[in-house]
Amino acid sequence: MTAPVTTTPGSSAASTSTSAAAVDASCRLPLFALLGGAAFWLVLSSVFGLIAGIKFHQVTFLADCAWLSYGRVYPAWSNLLMYGFCIPAGLGVGLWVLARLGRQTINASWLVAFAAKLWHVGVLVGLLGILSGDSTGFDWFEMPRYAAVILFLAFLLIAVWGFINHAFRPRCGEEMESPHGEPEAASTSTATLYPSQWFVLSALFWFLWIYATAGLLLLFSPVRGVVQVSVGWWYVSNLLVVWTGLAGLGAAFYFLPALGRRPLQSHYTAMFAFLTLILFGTWAGVPANVPLPAWMPALSGVATLAILAPTLAVGVIGIQTLRGADLKSAGAPLSFLKFGVLAFVLSGLMLAATGVTDFSRLTEFTWFGHAQNTLRLYGFFAMTMFGAVYYLLPRVAGIEFPFARLIRLHFWFGAVGVLCLAIPLAIGGVVQGLQLANPDIKMVDVVNSTLMYFRVSTLGDTLIALGNLLFLLNLLTLIGRYYRSVVVAAYTAVTARLDPVEVKS
Amino acid sequence: MKASAIVFLAAFLVLVSSWAGLVLTPQLQLGGVTQTNILGSSDLYPVMRPGMARQGLEVYRANGCMYCHSQQVSQDATHCEIILTDPGTNAVATLAALGSLNTELAKPATLADLPKTILTVADMNAADPVLKTLHGAGAQVEVHVVPQGPDIARGWGRRRTVAQDYLYDDPVQLGVRRIGPDLANEGNFKPDAGWQYRHLYAPASETPGSQMPPYRFLFETRKIVREPSPDALKLSGDLAPAAGYEVVPKPEARALVAYLMSLRADAPLFEAPVTSLAASTSAPDTNAPAATSSSK
Repeated sequence: MTAPVTTTPGSSAASTSTSAAAVDASCRLPLFALLGGAAFWLVLSSVFGLIAGIKFHQVTFLADCAWLSYGRVYPAWSNLLMYGFCIPAGLGVGLWVLARLGRQTINASWLVAFAAKLWHVGVLVGLLGILSGDSTGFDWFEMPRYAAVILFLAFLLIAVWGFINHAFRPRCGEEMESPHGEPEAASTSTATLYPSQWFVLSALFWFLWIYATAGLLLLFSPVRGVVQVSVGWWYVSNLLVVWTGLAGLGAAFYFLPALGRRPLQSHYTAMFAFLTLILFGTWAGVPANVPLPAWMPALSGVATLAILAPTLAVGVIGIQTLRGADLKSAGAPLSFLKFGVLAFVLSGLMLAATGVTDFSRLTEFTWFGHAQNTLRLYGFFAMTMFGAVYYLLPRVAGIEFPFARLIRLHFWFGAVGVLCLAIPLAIGGVVQGLQLANPDIKMVDVVNSTLMYFRVSTLGDTLIALGNLLFLLNLLTLIGRYYRSVVVAAYTAVTARLDPVEVKS
Repeated sequence: MKASAIVFLAAFLVLVSSWAGLVLTPQLQLGGVTQTNILGSSDLYPVMRPGMARQGLEVYRANGCMYCHSQQVSQDATHCEIILTDPGTNAVATLAALGSLNTELAKPATLADLPKTILTVADMNAADPVLKTLHGAGAQVEVHVVPQGPDIARGWGRRRTVAQDYLYDDPVQLGVRRIGPDLANEGNFKPDAGWQYRHLYAPASETPGSQMPPYRFLFETRKIVREPSPDALKLSGDLAPAAGYEVVPKPEARALVAYLMSLRADAPLFEAPVTSLAASTSAPDTNAPAATSSSK
């Protein structure tokens, strides 16, 4: 189906046109800053991912350049993906969802735009730090402390502004009966807050806490010995499972009903998913086989296994909400969101499997965890964000995406790419684990026999990179066209005002 | 309204709980760990790595070695090996005692080529009666605690690694994946600095089939002035530098190799018992040969 991918901006806002349009307009500056930078970092992260991948085809590839050695481009990939793309994209989409649901324009939006720029500066500083050998040495937390400070301040600014905006949203009771410019509004007569609001607001708070804790206890006043490991795992699980879950599901629970034109099924299931996700996600992640007191992996393993609860709940919500929904006009953004929910469920199942002690012992130190993380970050989070951005940015900018057909193409590149990446690595991870457990197989042979799986996954990396490039192209052209139209309008305004003056004189 | 407040309160409490559980409690439980005695010895463990090796940890961190190499050995179980060292004066009584344990042992061949392992039992509880029986017959017997598991069978360590092993490392580099071998005991596994240098310079030349990238930016190819440096790498074939030139490790490589040689997590501890071999009963060697060249 090559139908126009987004409905026209004005149509869904018929009843509350001034409000929705004003809200969208107030989001423009921050969203351009957050999402434009995010799309750029995403492409750059793909480039680093590809460099890292090619090294498994040709070990000497760029090996003599210290800045581009595997141990530096791999963290550059993961950090640009997480801090460069996921967090600003999640923030941008989250702020828009909050503003729309609260029917609240973002006041002093330049402040958020400034914080967004500050965040991107922090990412740039962090990237240079990693490449120059200043990595902290903690997985998913490699940005050195001088970058971490910038990132924390930028996030703090955005989060505080989000909270303040939320606190001062209009509170007139009657209006709140249909508080959303979107179709799901009718169902929210009982609860004051829509589920997406719990998710996004919690995500703002969550990151501040975990990033501050990790920064203080790992970088500024490092704890001793394996306590670092415990703090590191706690941070990673809270970031990769809880934070992406909160920000991603917050968006999914807004856009699935909005695109399907059918209320979220249901708020209670969403609350169940929310509570179980944060409860089990925050305790998950400590592998079975670690040099820590045995109670920690035992307790964490139970929580990891219990990730099944939010995983299945989200699957149920997705199926129930879209069953019988009117999907004719939904177009490509819905495809992204559906894929996102599917990937959330799949990666949740993979994560839950590692809660089983024997399986955790088998797959620790293998590609399996990498497959699970990529499925979660690309398959679930990034795809959800793509769908959301393709839906909301035309409304925010007031113009359509310039290359509407590329959106479909992006979806297929992304979807096939994620599967080509995650499936071989997951299988390869199990094979690798089985071979590592057999001391008769020499280490060199273990590596070389699992190399095949990794090499297949490079195809997925390439497809994802192409898709990301299409995303950046569409996004930048749209932003460029917006500014050109502003300039053109300004120019015509200037010249138009001169004409009558000249005529009169 | 109430529902929302409860949701946020719940979210806050959940985060507090995991913070208390996985951040605060480990700090209370392990944050105050200090050196401990090596089992059966008055030596303390761990000892701070020497300065050069600590610099090497920085090189290890900066170049992301942990994305391919873990430093964490696991074990599935511990066995007790009962080793007969001396049959005593009454060989007949010893053989009878052995026969009471296992009829197959009641052969004169058992008493040849001592010391050797005659029995493997699950733990000390199972070993005690065996010892009693054999001592009663006048035989001399030792019990060795031997951890088991694939990592140990691969030679990556003699026992599992425990919290104590990482006490002085910052950052602790447990590792992410095993694309290469575990390095927790690299100093015992490959104690040859020259091998380490050549391996860093050209991994596939020392380990055929290796997928490790070469780390030549840690080395310098320079013109030989007057006489060759004693630190120059002994390279052959395609790797050998042009005549009149030599390949020497930069300070980063020296530090990294010093660090790798200092990786020895094998001291017997209360929480990770293992019977030391004679060679490793002394304190872990922290004065690892830092930068002696490939003098092989």
